[in-house]
This record gives sequence, C-alpha cells and structure tokens, in this order.
Amino acid sequence: MLGGQLISVLRREIVEEGDEKGVNSMGIRFVLLVNKQGQTRLAQYYAEHLTLDERRALEGEIVRKCLARTEQQCSFVEHRNYKIVYRRYASLFFLVGVDNDENELAILEFIHLFVETMDRHFGNVCELDIMFHLEKAHFMLEEMVMNGCIVETSKSNILAPIQLMEKAS
Amino acid sequence: MALSGMRGLSVFISDVRNCQNKEQERLRVDKELGNIRTRFKNEKGLSHYEKKKYVWKILYVHMLGYDVDFGHTETVSLISAPKYPEKQVGYIVTSCLLNENHDFLRIVINTVRNDIIGRNETFQCLALTMVGNIGGKEFSESLAPDVQKLLVSSSCRPLVRKKAALCLLRLYRKNPDVVNIDGWSDRMSQLLDERDLGVLTAVMSLFVALVSNNIEAYWNCLPKCVKILERLARNQDIPPEYTYYGIPSPWLQVKTMRALQYFPTIEDPNTRRALFEVLQRILMGTDVVKNVNKNNAAHAVLFEALALVMHLDAEKEMMSQCVALLGKFIAVREPNIRYLGLYCGNCLEENMTRMLLVSDVQDIIKRHQSQIITSLKDPDISIRRRALDLLYGMCDVTNAKDIVEELLQEVICDPHKLSTISLQYLNTAEFAMREELALKAAILAEKFAPDLSWYVDVILQLIDKAGDFVSDDIWYRVVQFVTNNEDLQPYAAAKAREYLEKPALHETMVKVSAYLLGEYSHLLAQRPGCSPKEIFTIISEKLPTVTTSTIAILLSTFAKILMHNHPSDPQLQEQIWSIFRKYESYIDVEIQQRSVEYFALSRKGTALMDVLAEMPKFPERQSALIKKTEDAEVDTAEQSAIRIRSLQQTSNALVVTDQRPANGSVPVSQLALVRMPSQNMEASSTHDQATSQDQINPQDREFSHQNGSVTAVVPQEVHPADLLGDLLGPLAIEGPPAPAVPAEHKDQNLLSTPEATPDAAGPLALATVDDQPNSVQPIANIAERFNALCLKDSGVLYEDSHIQIGIKAEWRSHHGRFVLFLGNKNTSPLVSVQAVILPPTHLKMELSLVPETIPPRAQVQCPLEVVNLRASRDLAVLDLSYKFGTAVVNVKLRIPAVLNKFLQPLSISAEEFFLQWKSLSGPPLKLQEVLRGVKPLPLSELANLFTSLRMAVIPGIDTNPNNLIICATFHSESTRAMLCLVSINLCSSDIRVETDPTDRTQLRITLGSGDPILTFELKECIKEHLVSIPMQAPTPGISPIQPQSPVTPAYNDPGAMLAGLL
Repeated sequence: MLGGQLISVLRREIVEEGDEKGVNSMGIRFVLLVNKQGQTRLAQYYAEHLTLDERRALEGEIVRKCLARTEQQCSFVEHRNYKIVYRRYASLFFLVGVDNDENELAILEFIHLFVETMDRHFGNVCELDIMFHLEKAHFMLEEMVMNGCIVETSKSNILAPIQLMEKAS
Repeated sequence: MALSGMRGLSVFISDVRNCQNKEQERLRVDKELGNIRTRFKNEKGLSHYEKKKYVWKILYVHMLGYDVDFGHTETVSLISAPKYPEKQVGYIVTSCLLNENHDFLRIVINTVRNDIIGRNETFQCLALTMVGNIGGKEFSESLAPDVQKLLVSSSCRPLVRKKAALCLLRLYRKNPDVVNIDGWSDRMSQLLDERDLGVLTAVMSLFVALVSNNIEAYWNCLPKCVKILERLARNQDIPPEYTYYGIPSPWLQVKTMRALQYFPTIEDPNTRRALFEVLQRILMGTDVVKNVNKNNAAHAVLFEALALVMHLDAEKEMMSQCVALLGKFIAVREPNIRYLGLYCGNCLEENMTRMLLVSDVQDIIKRHQSQIITSLKDPDISIRRRALDLLYGMCDVTNAKDIVEELLQEVICDPHKLSTISLQYLNTAEFAMREELALKAAILAEKFAPDLSWYVDVILQLIDKAGDFVSDDIWYRVVQFVTNNEDLQPYAAAKAREYLEKPALHETMVKVSAYLLGEYSHLLAQRPGCSPKEIFTIISEKLPTVTTSTIAILLSTFAKILMHNHPSDPQLQEQIWSIFRKYESYIDVEIQQRSVEYFALSRKGTALMDVLAEMPKFPERQSALIKKTEDAEVDTAEQSAIRIRSLQQTSNALVVTDQRPANGSVPVSQLALVRMPSQNMEASSTHDQATSQDQINPQDREFSHQNGSVTAVVPQEVHPADLLGDLLGPLAIEGPPAPAVPAEHKDQNLLSTPEATPDAAGPLALATVDDQPNSVQPIANIAERFNALCLKDSGVLYEDSHIQIGIKAEWRSHHGRFVLFLGNKNTSPLVSVQAVILPPTHLKMELSLVPETIPPRAQVQCPLEVVNLRASRDLAVLDLSYKFGTAVVNVKLRIPAVLNKFLQPLSISAEEFFLQWKSLSGPPLKLQEVLRGVKPLPLSELANLFTSLRMAVIPGIDTNPNNLIICATFHSESTRAMLCLVSINLCSSDIRVETDPTDRTQLRITLGSGDPILTFELKECIKEHLVSIPMQAPTPGISPIQPQSPVTPAYNDPGAMLAGLL
C-alpha cells in the first residue's frame, strides 16, 4: 500500500537530516542544578539564548518532568526536540539538556565527574556548598564545558585555576 | 579567600534561602536590586571589589528567575579590570547574562582581543572561554586569526590551546569562512597528533564540526582518529587523571567514534582492520560490572561502538554480534541500558532499511519482539516511547497482527494504573503517548492489514475503546478507506450498526457510525434491525448527548436516510422533518444551515437524490496520519498539552468561539470576529448544490459556506445595524481612515446592483452581508455611545425601537465586571435572545447565561466578567440577536473593556517620579511622539480627560505650568506558559504630556513603562483620545443606515453624517 513508500521516504529524510547535524548540533544545551523544591541552584545555557520567560517555563517543565520520576526509571527524558539526562544526588538534581544524538551515558557520567570534582574541592559537597559558592561552581563548570562541548575531564586541571586564585588571595 | 571577602553575598543568599514563600523572596530580591541600583548610580565611589560583589548578586538573582534589566554595563566593565578576580567575574557573568547580539559586547571587543593576544595565559583563558560561549559574527571576524595562532602555537600551554580549539569552533559556526579548508586539513591532521588528552578532547569537537561540513577535505585525518582510539582502547600512555573508573577517557573515546561515523566507509584495508580490531575488543570486552559509574562509562563506549559498527556496514558476523548484544540489552533490567538498547535497535532498523541488508539480522531482532512488547508496558514513559518506536519500525506483514493488537491493548489500558507522582505531568505525557500509540496502531493496521475487514475491526475497536486518544484524522481516514473499497462498505456499515447498540458510546464512535450508516445503511436494508426506520431510531437516540460537530454529521445522516426512504414511510419522514425543524433555531449557525437546507432539499424530491447521492471515491492520497507522525515526532507532549487545555475549554466555552481554534486559524483579531456571516436562517434558503460538498470533515464544509453562499439568503426585512460602524472603528484606529472610506463606497455601489456577488476577498467586502434595508435602526450613534463608555462606567450601549442595552462596570485591578441591562421596550416579548461574547486574545471574558426570552417591559441583568491578561487595544465584541415578531435583529457591539479601564490612578512624590523616569532608558520602554491635529483644549480639560482615562494628574512635579505629569498603574494577569500560577503585574507608567503654549493643536507625549508593549499600546490609546476627541469628532465608523442614499460628500463631513443618523 501507499503508506509503505511514504514511511521509507520519511525515514530516509530522518537519516539524511541526522547526517548534516554536526554543524549546528551543540551537544550540551544547558546544565541545570535544581533542588527537590524546584529551586534553581546553578544554571548555564549554551545553545540558544532564551528570554527570561522562556527560561522559567523551560525550567519549570523539565523539573516537573524529572521530579515525577522514580529511582527505578531511566535517567533520560525526552523533552521537545532534545533529551534531558539527569541524575539525582541527595536533594539535588543535575539536569543536562543534550541534543538527541548525544551519547546519553557519557553525559550521565559527565555529571558524575562534575560532582566528583566539586567533591574534591569542597570535601563532601552538599547543596549549601554550591549555593554559597556559586562562583566556584561556575568556575568549575566553565573549565569543564565550553560552548556546549566538553573541554576537560581531568579533575586536577579543572581545579587548577581555582586553586591558583585561592593561593593568590 | 574569594568568598570570605564577599560577606554581603552570603548574607543575601541566606536571606533568600530563609524566605518562607515566593512573595517574601520577591520582596527581598527587589530590595537588594534597589540597593544595587542605587550603588551603581553613584558609580564614582565604587571599587572593583564592590562591583564584583554586586555583579555576583545580580547573577544570583538572574538565576532565581528574576528579570534584571540593569547592571550590564558594570558587569561588562569588569572585563577591563586589571586584577584577575575581577576580570574573571566580568567574563563569567557576562557570558551568563548577555547573548551574542548584545550591544555591550561590542564595547569590550578590543579589551578581549588584548587579553587574547597578551602574555598572561590566565587572561587568555578567560577571554577565549567567553568568546567561545557567546562570541558572535563580529568577534569571528576580528579574532579568528589570533585564536588560530594560539591553537597551533607550539609555545602555548595546553590549558590555553584547548580553549582556543573550542573558541575557534564557535567562531567557525558563526562564520565558516574563518577556517580555510586547504590549509586546515594538514593542520588538523597535526593537531590530532596531540598527546595531551585535554587538548585532544577539545580538538576532537572542532574536528567533528569541520568534518561534518566537508568530509572530503579530511580523509587524511581518518587514520589519526583510529590511532587515537587504539591508544585509548589499549590504555597506552594515558595519565591516571584521564582515566575514569579504569576506563581511559570515555568521553574522548565516544567523541572519536562519533567523528569516525561521518566518514561513509573506510577504504584503506589496514586502517579498517585496525579499527575493527578495536571495535571487536570493545564489543567483546564490556561486561556488566557492579560499580554503576564504571558500568555506565563502559556502556557509553560500547553503545557508540555499536553505532559505528552499524554505520560501517561491517561483516555479517560482527553485525549479528551487535544484534545479539542489543537483544541482551533489551532484556536487561537496568533501565538506562534497556532504554538505549531499544533506541539503538531502532537505529539498527533504520540502517537496515537503508542498506537493504534486512532479513536474517531482522529475524534476530524479531526474536526479541516479546521483550520489546514487555517494555511497551514499562512504567517509565521514556522506555515505552522507545519501545513503541522500535515496534513501529520493525512491524511488517508477518507480525503486524500481533503488534497492532498489542498497541491496541496499550492504548486501551486503564490510564490510572500508573499512579505516579505528578498528576499534571502524567496527564500531558500520558495523553501524548496514548495518542501516538493510537496513531501508530492505525497506520500499521492500514499498511499491513492481512484483510480489509480486519482493518475495519481494529480501527473501530480503537475508536470505541480509546476514543479520547483518537484524533479526527484517524476516523477521517477510516471513512476514506471504506469509501474507496466497495467490498468493505456493507461490512463496515454492519459493524457500525453493531456498535450503536452499545449503551455508552464514545462520541467519535457516534460520528463514524452515523457517517457510515448514512452512506451505506441502504446496503443492509434487508437485514434484521437495519430498516431505515430502525437505523434512524437508534441514531436519533444519540442526538441529545452529542456536541455540535456531531449533530451536524447526524443531520446529514438523517437526510441520507430520508433519501433512501423507499417506499416512502410518511411517519419516518415526519420524524426527520421535525428534527430538522427543531434544529433550525439551534444556537450554532452550521446546524441551523444544515437543518434549513436539508429540510428544503428533502421537499424537492429528485434534487435530493442528486445532492445526497453517495460520496464519490476519494483520490488516492497520502494518509494524513503519516504526516501526523512526522509532526508528532516533533513535539507531541506540547501539542497534547495544548489539546488538553482546549478540551477543557470546550466544556464551558460558548459554541461560536471554540469553533475557531479547531480550524487552526490564528488567534482572532477583531476584524476576523466581525466576519461571521450574519445569519438569517429563518429564511428558506436554497443552496441547491451545497450538500454535495458535504465532506467528511465538517470544518471544511463550514468554510465553504462562509465563503460561498451566504448571500443567497433571501432578504429579510430585519437587519443588524451597526456592523459597519464596528468594522470601521478599529480600522480608523489602526490605519489611515482616508482610504478606508472610499473602499466602503465602492462596496456600496456594488451592492446597489442586485447581483452583488459575494466576495470574501477583503474584510471590508463582508459588509455586503449586511447591506439589506433595515427596519430596525439604532437610536443614536453606536460609536459615540461606545466612545463615551470608554471614559465612564455606566450608560447606554445600544438602543433601538425594541431593546435598550445599558451597561454598568466595576473595575478592580485586572478584573472587571460588567452588568448588561437588556430592556424590552415593547408590550410583547422578545424571543430567541442570544448573546455571545467574542473576546480578543488578551481578555478572558465570561458572560452569564442570557435568557432566551425577555418578557414585555422587563429588564434582564447579565453579569459579564472580564480578566485582563496583557496590554492590548483589541476590543471585545458582543454578538447579540433577538427576534421580534418575524424580524430577526442581529447587532455586533463593541464592549468598552478598553485598555484604560485597567489603569488605576497613582499619585507619587516628585523624587520617586524622577527616579523611575530616569531608570526607563528609552525605546522600547520609553517612547516619545509629537502629536499634531490635537483638538485644542484648555489644560484643565486635558487634565480632566486623563482623569476620566483613570490616570492621576500630579501637580507640582513639573514647574512648567504647561506640562502635565500623569501617573497610573496598569493591571494585567500574566499567565506563565505552564504553571498557570496567577501573578499580578503592577507596571507603573509615567506619562509626561508637554504642551507647546503657542500651539494647542500639537503636543509631545513621552511615556514609559516597564513593558514595551504596554508603553506602545498606552501611547496609542491616549493618542486616540487626544487626536479625535470622542465627543465631537467621531471616527468615520458610522454604519450607513441608508445605503440607498447617494454617495455624496456627506460622508466627508462627520457632522452631516451624524445629522443624517439622528
């Protein structure tokens, strides 16, 4: 029947579209740290610049989506035309928005790397550390992700600038 | 330490944290912002350190989701600070707060460049990172050569080079010309020799972007990538810092394999062998381990390897190995792995189709069908969605029956079985998912149906049991399908007849059954229980319970039954006729029209046969459903959220208004609203061809009527009076009135000829509809009455010889309440009174039920609630009709729920005024305009005008006696897209009207508010009142009550026109 052809046409288009994705694909679109109450603790956007209202709406939607999920469910949520890879540490959710073709598990472990890095710096990092040392959390993230791509995965390299600064002051 | 130095910040953060609720938090934040604003004002005394502290606070407030519209200059200026801590803050906060199009960035482009080419590598890093995050085209042009130099420089340390690589990636995306392909393929190849894994990670991202754009130029890099992968996979020379749970940088491995997937094949046998060895090692060597992180990292690499193997069209052996692995993943309990297994399975499916490699590999996947079906029932929606996609992809003739039936079960199953936490999320996502399931089941059923009757069975079952999730497209498609397959028609009709026996039937099922029986029930006439009369009885039982769109279909069905009523059964005919007669006065126009037409047609005998003959076959076309899956893939959840909302609205909205969204038309502007065809359905209209158009899509039909045949209405003596006035009102406001008037004349000329053709080309042409001689005329000018009511809260809105409509309004912040007083002036009752409010998009309005009859000499009061959502000058229209004797009167009246009603006068001190005034920095927040042609008024009257516009005139602020300072607050409810929390938005707007003492017909108005839209709308609103002082120079929007009167210069003189009216 007619449908068959059309579906395969459709598929081919999807494949072709996927092939040229590289140019505009950002990889990581945003990194969000949100606590159980839905309060944002860290937010960094890489892809498009959102207006404040768009940002609020987006954060509200995805936080609700992720908070509603149980521990037994997978760590990936499809949202609009991208995915959210998320991980929960105590009261804090780490949410990373990525393009659909990004490797989800790699991002999931990247979150953990971020947490371990903060842990190395703060020692037993908790929500309050991030809250009251917002600038340091930003410095670390800045060393790890740039323009939606991973820059550095070595903890000592990531922490080097912060340590340098602490020594200086 | 950086932090201990910023005690103020810590205090602020903990204050915010201790806030009990959002309101407190907002107060605290506002206080802090006020403080910072003041400090920045007196910038002179501010040290870099203090600036740094405030800038962090601003970032914190920004992160909490508050709008911070100042402090950008200060932030950006920190970039030029000499010391590292300040500079760092400047760079980091700038890239959080600003975007690439921000003007402020241009100011610092030189500083940034100096940092990049300077000797201080920490400064270099900061600058490169910021440009890498938010650099735009201008940065690209001026900085690209410097950044390239840093990347390839041998004297630069890795920490700078890795940032240079990603910075260059940004600049390249902004302007691909900055990377010259010829030079770069060699350079890239050298860069890939890099030993430092940090630099390599960054360079790999750059490489992926370059190669995705031009594969040919980078073939020479392919062996390098394989080498890198080998090095990582064999763990050669990997510093421990880059080993993550024993796995050499999983991220670099993944990225490298991603880069390799851009090359279509690998021709060089040595490279190919080397790569396959590595891949084989990954495929075989990844075991499930206990440590979650190690497990995830290993599987991240494994999945990327799988994707690469599939892409490279590997040997069959390796492929089956992959498929076996996928089978394992699909069955595994760990949700992440299962999700990815299903995801990958789908990619594999897609690749199979592309490579025509099909059969045996596909067979292996099919062996896992039952496991995939299990995943379809998983509580996790992410997994279910993947399973659905995979099943959809793998469905073919052999397994279609099983898969479709499984999908069917899934759609049908009790949606409440999953008692997860957030109800709202559950609703939208579940709804979307079920809709998608239904859609895909319908497509597969059609595509792979082993026999046609099975298809009908499946779809009817789907509609019956999961009607809520079946979009209209699905049942349209069934009808098309049945219409085009003659063999199927009796079967489908019989099935439909069976379903109608059921006591509680989903409305979609009623629609499809009624349609099918209308078309094909005569094929069943010999069967028991299928005589026209029995069919009629069972269908008409549904009539009281269905909505308007279904009634329309049922009416068509009755007409068709009537046509097949041979030998004629007068009793049946009488029953059907009585239904038609009953619906002639139904609230919905479409229904009225159908009833009238069918009734008229059915008395014409043979004409009926022609018009109501069976529908012809549909041209073969793409199933609309497939198109829909495409759309669905984009954003199902969002769409469904909207649909749910619209469904909820349907339940209490009035019929006329909710038709529009269904047609997918844009939010209605006022003109569009007035476009409704005027309905004189009492008239025995005769559209001889109309019903052959009776598409299965009732909406199509509705449109054809709107455009085509309205004017066929036989002129009745009564007609609405004020349509033109209403049409012209907004036109006069929005455009130059001059051209509008001649256009109107033309129409009138056209209309004076009896053959006036209906023409829906322009909104003005619609005036034709109303251009019938009127016997009921409004008393006094409606536009004038309206204008007066814009400035006061009670008065007469409309009056004619039968009815008087008075209005009284109360306003409280963004809420308003009107009471409409409908008074019958006659000694006999007014009947069929109908009032419908057509609100503009920015107002929520609810009119309480208007009684159908107004007793003689009585007055009815109808409250009308208004909620203002945002600033706009669009107007609400009241569509009112009533019947007096045989005359039907229909008027459309503008409701004075205008912008200024939501203002509240506010008196403030001079100090406060100037503070606010200065903080509004110019367009679009602050606008200025010189108005000419202002009606000369003494200052005191001007002040009165503003007072009646609900604004406070504040004396003593401006010393110039010719200037007026006016102040008010504007109230609107701004709804957030999802949360639907109600927050009250108090924008204060300051207006200064400065008059030129020598010339009172011109003045300059400057006004500002915190919202650019409000500023603009308010300016226009005031302009309307100043330029055409409503009492004396009404806009030319007066309805031509006597179209017979020759078109004379009278129209150019409002005074004369007015005289004619009175």
